[in-house]
Order: sequence, then C-alpha cells, then structure tokens
Amino acid sequence: MFNRPHLAVFVALLALFGALLIVGCNPDNPQSILDAKGPVAQRQLDLYWIIFWMALFVFVVVGGGLLYTVIRFRRRPGQGIPAQVHGNTKLEIGWTVVPAIMLAVIAVPTVISQFYISNAPSGDQLQINVTAHQWWWEVQYPDSGVVTANELHVPVGMTVSVELTSADVLHSFWVPKLAGKMDIFPGKTTSMWFRADEVGEYFGQCAEFCGESHAWMRFRVITDTPEDFEAWTASQLAQAAKPATPEATAGAGLFLSKACIQCHSTTPGVPTAGFPYPAPNLTHFGGRTTMAAGIMEMNAANLREWLSDPNEVKPGNIMAKEARAYTDPASALSSDDIDNLVAYLQGLR
Amino acid sequence: MASIAGVFRRPTHPAGVWGWITTVDHKKIGALYGVTAFFFFMVGGLEALVMRIQLARAGQDVVSPEVFSQLFTMHALTMIFLGVMPLSAAFFNLIVPLMIGARDVAFPRLNAFSYWLFLFGAIVLQSGWLLGGSPNTGWFAYAPLTSNSFSPGNGMEFYIVGLGVLGISSVAAALNFIVTIINMRAPGMTLMRMPVFIWMTLITSFLLITAFPVITVGLIELYFDRTFGMNFFNAAAGGDVVLWQHLFWFFGHPEVYILILPAMGIVSEVLPTFSRKPLFGYEVVVLSGIIIGFMGWAVWSHHMFTVGLGPIANSVFALTTMFIAIPTGVKIFNWIATMWGGSISFKTPLLFSVGFIAMFIIGGLSGVMHSIAPSDAQQQDTYFVVAHIHYVLFGGSLFAIFSGIYYWFPKATGRMLDDRIGQVNFWLTMIGFNLAFFPMHFLGLDGMPRRQYTYSSDMGWDIWNFVSTIGGLILGVAVLVFLFNFFLSLRKGEIAGNDPWDGRTLEWSISSPPPEYNFATIPTVHGRDAFWEEKYGHGGKVPAGVSPEEGHQGGIHMPSPSYLPLIASLGLSIAAYGLIYSFAVSVVGAVIALAAIYGWALEPAAEPAGRES
Ligand code: HEC
Ligand SMILES: [Cu+2]
Repeated sequence: MFNRPHLAVFVALLALFGALLIVGCNPDNPQSILDAKGPVAQRQLDLYWIIFWMALFVFVVVGGGLLYTVIRFRRRPGQGIPAQVHGNTKLEIGWTVVPAIMLAVIAVPTVISQFYISNAPSGDQLQINVTAHQWWWEVQYPDSGVVTANELHVPVGMTVSVELTSADVLHSFWVPKLAGKMDIFPGKTTSMWFRADEVGEYFGQCAEFCGESHAWMRFRVITDTPEDFEAWTASQLAQAAKPATPEATAGAGLFLSKACIQCHSTTPGVPTAGFPYPAPNLTHFGGRTTMAAGIMEMNAANLREWLSDPNEVKPGNIMAKEARAYTDPASALSSDDIDNLVAYLQGLR
Repeated sequence: MASIAGVFRRPTHPAGVWGWITTVDHKKIGALYGVTAFFFFMVGGLEALVMRIQLARAGQDVVSPEVFSQLFTMHALTMIFLGVMPLSAAFFNLIVPLMIGARDVAFPRLNAFSYWLFLFGAIVLQSGWLLGGSPNTGWFAYAPLTSNSFSPGNGMEFYIVGLGVLGISSVAAALNFIVTIINMRAPGMTLMRMPVFIWMTLITSFLLITAFPVITVGLIELYFDRTFGMNFFNAAAGGDVVLWQHLFWFFGHPEVYILILPAMGIVSEVLPTFSRKPLFGYEVVVLSGIIIGFMGWAVWSHHMFTVGLGPIANSVFALTTMFIAIPTGVKIFNWIATMWGGSISFKTPLLFSVGFIAMFIIGGLSGVMHSIAPSDAQQQDTYFVVAHIHYVLFGGSLFAIFSGIYYWFPKATGRMLDDRIGQVNFWLTMIGFNLAFFPMHFLGLDGMPRRQYTYSSDMGWDIWNFVSTIGGLILGVAVLVFLFNFFLSLRKGEIAGNDPWDGRTLEWSISSPPPEYNFATIPTVHGRDAFWEEKYGHGGKVPAGVSPEEGHQGGIHMPSPSYLPLIASLGLSIAAYGLIYSFAVSVVGAVIALAAIYGWALEPAAEPAGRES
C-alpha cells in the first residue's frame, strides 16, 4: 500500500508542515518557550518537541486520510447505493491499539520529567522567597537578608529554589526561558526550581489572571557570574545612598513629607509583611534596570511618567489609589516635586 | 376539586405570541431555544470582536482594562452557557422525539419550564452590563479574586445567581430527556438501535445532572462567603482557595464533554446520510461516547497542572487525560471510515461535518499536547490554551452545530437553507476560523499569557495578534452570511419535502415541518437506520415501519398549552434577583414560583372541548 513515492510525499508533507509551524514562532522573542536557557525549560522543551512531531505525524496521516477519503469517494453522477459496510473488528482493534501504544510511549518521559521538574536537585542551592502582590513581586533572599522587588539576581549555573506565596489573589510565576509556571496562592507556599546556564536577562510574567493590571505584572531574572552576584548582594545590604545633589536632597525630603515612606521602605532588608499597603522596597531602586514590575525601562522619563500618574501607567494600582500624593489634592506633586523625587530615586543605587 | 380545577384553566391553543408563550410543543420550544441561543451566540461573538480589536495592535485603548476583564469573562460564559449548550438543547428538543418516534418529550411542561428558566437565567447573567458591572474574574472565577475585597459590586452575584438559575434549567431539561429517551422510544427501538445522536443526548444528559450539582456547591459556598461573611475561600481564616478550583473543574471538565458530545452526535448523523452508508462501527462509537463521558470525571486536575499538586497527582492526571485521547481518536477513525467507500455528496451540512473532523483533529492533538503535564507548565494560561479551546469548541462544537442547522432546518421549517450561500458560509467560516485561532498557537509559544488587555510591542506579539483580529472579522462576516441565508430561506427557500437528504432516521419519514403530533401512527422499528431500511430494505423483504395495528388508534391526545411553566420560572428568577438585592423580593418570587408549581400539579390535563366559560 505504501510505496516509495508515497513515502516521499508523506515525508515532504511532514517537513513542510513542521517548517511552517516552526517559522510561525520566533525563539528570539523574550518570552519564547522554544529557546530554553536552563535545564528545567530544556526538559519541557524536549518533551514539547517529541509530542510536537508525534502530533504532526498523526495530523498528516489522519488529516491526509480524511482529505483523500472525501476526494476519492465524492458522489459521481449515476452512482448507485454504495455497499452498506457496518464495521470491521480488526480495523477497530487496530486503531484503538496503535494510538494506545503511541500514548504509552509518550507517557514514560512525561512521568520521568514530571518528577524531574518537581524535585530540585540536592546540592548547592540559592533559596529565594517571592511574595506576589497585585501587581508586583517582592523578592527576599533568606540567607543573605536581601529584600528587593521585581528583579531576581541569581548566580549563573546554580540551582535556584523559589518559594512562592501571595499577599492577595492568585498569581503565577513564569520565566519561559528558564522554567514553566508555578501558581501562587495566599495562605500557602508553592515551590519550583530553575537554573540558568547563561549569563543574561530573562523576562518573566505573571500568568494567572490577577485583576485589572494583570497585563502589567512582569519581572526580570538577571543572571550574574558568581563574583558579580557576590558584589550585588553586598551592595543590596548596604544602607541607601545619601542624596548627592540639591535636587536629590529636596527629593529625599519630599519622600518623607509626601508620605511615600508610609508604603516604601528605604532601609535595606525590610520586607513588607505587616505593612498596611505593601510596596516595593526602594533602598536600591536606582540600581534596577526596570521599574513598575518590569514594564518600563529605568530612566528619568519613565520615572517621571510613573510619578505623574501611576494610574495611567498601571490602572487600579494601590499607589494611585491610596498614596496621599494622588488622593489628597493638598499633597499633590508639582512638576518640580517630581523632578526632585526622580533625582532622589535614581540616586538610590 | 372542581373549583380548584376551575382556577387553573389551560389555554386552548392560542395563536400568535401567546401560542409561543404557552407552548409545550417540543418543536416550538426547540425553535425558541435555537433562536435565543443564536442571539446570545452573536452577543458573545460581538464581545469577542471588541477584544480582538483591542488586541489588534500593541498598547491600544479601545476599552479599559476593567471592561476588557468583563468582556473576556462574559464572552466565555455567554458562549458556553448561553450559546453552545442551549444550541445543543435546541437540537435535543427538535430532534429527539422525532428520531425516537415519539409525539413529545416525557414532560412537556417541564420542557417549557427549562426554556423559560434558561431565558431568565441568561438575563440574570447578562444583567451586569446594565446594572453596574458584569463579572470580571474570568469564567472560572478563581478565588480569592472573587471575594468582596477584590470584586466589590454585584458582578460576581450575577455570575453566582445566573449560573445557579441556568443550572436548574439544564438539570430539568436533562432529566426530561433521560426519561424521554428511556421510556418513549417507538416499539422495536432497542437501545442499540438508537441513532447515535440519541445516545450522545443521553450521555450528555447524565453528565448534566451529575456535573451541575458540583458547581452549585461551589456557587453556594461563594455566595455564603460574599453575603454572610463565611470563609470557605478565605485563606486568612483557614479557608482554602484551591478548593474552588477542584469544585469548578470537577464540574468544568464534564462540562467540556457536555459541549462536545452533542456535536459528535450530530456529525454521526450527517456523515452517514451524505455518504449513503451506515455509521462505521456503531457499537464502538457508542461505547467511546460512554467512555468519554465516564472518563470526563477523572481528568479535572489537568486544568490544575501548575497548582503544585505534586508529581504524583500530575502524573496520574496526565495519564488519565492521555487515555481519553483513545476513544476520541476511535470516533474520528470511525467517521472517516464511514465516508470511506461511500458516495459523498458535498452539501453544506457535510462540509461543516468534515470541517468539524479536521478542526477537531487539530484541537484533539493540541489537547494531547496539554496532557503532557511537565511541558504543559509552559502552555497553561497562554494563548496556546486559547487556541486549543477554540479548536474544540468552535472548530468542534460550533462547526457541528452549523452542520446540524443546515441538516435539520428543512425538517423544522419545510424549506431548504440555500446551498450556494451555505458553501460561502462554510468557506468563510473555515478561513476566518483558522486565521483567527491558528496564530494563537504561535502567540502561546511566544509566551503571551491569556487575559491580557494589552501588550507592549517589544514582546514580538504584534503580527499574529493582527492576523487573528482579521480572522475574527472574517468570522463575523461568515455569521452575517448565515443570518442572511437563514432569513432568506425561511421565506423563499426551496420547499424541502419529507426527505430532502435521503435520510436514514425516523424524522425524515414524516412531513416537514412535522404536524404537532409528529407521528400519526407510532412507527415500529426493526433495526438501526429505520427509515433507510424501510426505503431500501434488503432482499425485497416487507418494508419495516408503520403498521396500523401497532400504532395507537383513534384521536391523538396532545398536551394542552400552559402558562404555568413560564410563571414558575419567572417566580424563580425574581427570587434569584432577590438573592442579590433583597431577601424580601426572594420571598415574593418564591411564593409566585410555588403557587405556579402548585397550579401546575393541579391544572387539568387538557381543557375539555366546548367547556363553557
Ligand atoms: C499606598 C502605598 C504607596 C504610597 C504612599 C506610595 N507608593 Fe509607590 N508604590 C506602591 C506600590 C504598591 C507600588 C508597586 C506598583 C506596581 O508596580 O504594581 C509602588 C511602586 C513605586 C515605584 C516603582 C517601584 C519599582 O520597584 O519599580 C516607585 C518609584 C514609587 N512607587 C515611588 C513612590 C513615591 C515617590 C511615592 C510618594 C510620592 C510613593 N511611591 C508612594 C505603593 C505606594
Ligand atoms: Cu498576577
């Protein structure tokens, strides 16, 4: 039934569809899952490719069968009643057993990989605790005492074990190039692990709908060489930099007088637990590469935009809803105030 | 007693609007279901188009994020509960009694009650658009986003109460169809001679009566949390937010089969008719349907692969989910084998059914991809999932529903839907559908999470979002073409006659549209595909079918119309609104409903003819 040319057509079709499907995606996209940069994502990607080719194979066989059938057996003029075939036991058994075998084949790596990604390898590990908030991430390093937000620094090549919990609703922690997602719940912790094999910056995003600004709950994972990571940790533990310019000094004053300090700590290592309105620790804010949960680059213009109208940037966020500077016209920030605050905040390195 | 009976009078076949309002005729109720559901299908489609326009390019501001959240929540609820499910119900109503050789369903007034309650439930669910905000938490409404602190306002109440009311309607309808199918088949129609559509209706009905209680428990708990300050889903007070997910998906997965099994039933009728061959492997197709229905209860946690249930739970649910692929695959093979060696006529119903198979292959395969729990952790909550559900629910269910509409429209109305417009309708649907939804696979693999009201253009998601929007607009045009065809054919369509497709099942043996009593004499069934056998009975045997001695003789008694189902469901809906606004209103509604049900029990079976007033 299957001779050489048929086989060639079949393989060509398979290759054609495969190619079309693969070029549809761009692994260079910052959140592509087809560009694994660590062992967990790699495992998931390997599995993906196995099932992808199996599925494509089935699609070409069955879809081809369907197409062939409807063309070959289309009604012709003058055609009588076709033979009334009611079934065929051998065929039925065949197309039950063959898919069953294929599924059994894919089941084995599925189960093995599930255990692999669920259990962090023993040995040297960096522990990070992440608390998700609407719509930003609080990041704590229990061993060193570092507290930061929205950017996780990790040493390259080291297993990172992440404990996740939520301060409000459900969220999900996802860095596509490093590992699949893990959901986050209030009142309990979930955990996951990853390892980054290359120095770089990886995009992450909340993947469980968490309210109005869910689209703007992103973050970064930044991998450093071990030395850089040491240096970063030390810098995070240092006290906040003193304002260096008159503007920054004025900004520091505003930070107190406009009650920013009510929510934002500028003391290293202070987590938000117990704060009425948890907000990112800003002690070394100026040293981050992004702001407002990874949605904008860190620069004066963006910071200005954020401070002018945080609700415009991120609808519904707590700072816009609760900070006195935005709720009480008497405390509203003037353009100069904002310039001064920008100078101060950018100096917090 | 006479005086009570005097209070509860039954209308005697009023004409016009009252005829529709008081009807207990399954065909009219089916038409009401169909028209109402199609209306809501278009509402849901409009909601989808607004979202697609918002997402056509990065950073657009067509709607606010709050409205966008309401749109995607209501789009799903509308399509599932007010579109696909009631469209299936429309087919159950129109076709089941005709196919099994019955004059009506077992409980005609309960049937009317189901419809009216569906309509009112739909209104409750949609009323947020006018009454201060629709639910905005996504259709699976994960706690604690649904709590008072994160969802103030009445949006979630419309969700809870709306789904509750719709649930009562569905369960009542399902019970009705179970009893109808089990008790009212024509003599000789054994279970294994039932058309596959009847089988799928039966299985779906069992799923409905078993699945809805589960979601009802969740809804009541949520209602208690929000209204009485209870803590079922309040982690701070020892509640468990994951409990909601289990309850929801324990209902939600069977619900998926509630949406697809009727579609499989339709396709299993259309393919044999247009191939002029019996369904290949009838027993296996039926058995697969039963297995799918049964296994639907054992896979719910595949919606929860990233919840952190642990590797053992994930592995088990991955395996059970893969297992479901086997009976599903078997069905596909049997459908193809049905056409193999046949004489296939490419009328619109067949096109949609073949389209169904093709699209369902893709949706099924991406479903198997999702069952691989470890790699699904990359796909969960991305557009890859959005692509998958649309391939099974639109490419699957809705393609089959369109097939069914083109197939049975002549039976219901006596006129054919125009086939040339139908072909245009099909190809536009096919092209629009694939343009709209195939690129979503790419978006998912490129890391775009679902339920984002916008995105920034540095993510590389612009092109496929744009293409998808174009596809969505084409789909919109396809639906307009269908509507045009519908209204045109209703007036000017070719007269169908009893049996325009050379059908195989009993409904084609009677006139189109059928008389109120369907069958003048109840047919006797001697095998599967009873009508086909009657027409082409092999070997010159005496044709099976109508024989006067076997049928009921004398005057045919059809149930009289009644106001009470409408009043009962109206009372329940008033009570439902009361749960949102004021318990006093609930009491009033409950009293109305109880009075109507009481009257229902007591009203005479039929208004005696010539009774003085
Ligand atoms: C009611 C609490 C509250 C007050 C008061 C408040 N903020 Fe915020 N702020 C927040 C929250 C919450 C966020 C995180 C928003 C997000 O990304 O979703 C935030 C974010 C920020 C960020 C970005 C942080 C990052 O890691 O990217 C800056 C900068 C900032 N606030 C500055 C200020 C300044 C300056 C003031 C005083 C004018 C102020 N905030 C007052 C709650 C507050
Ligand atoms: Cu989130």
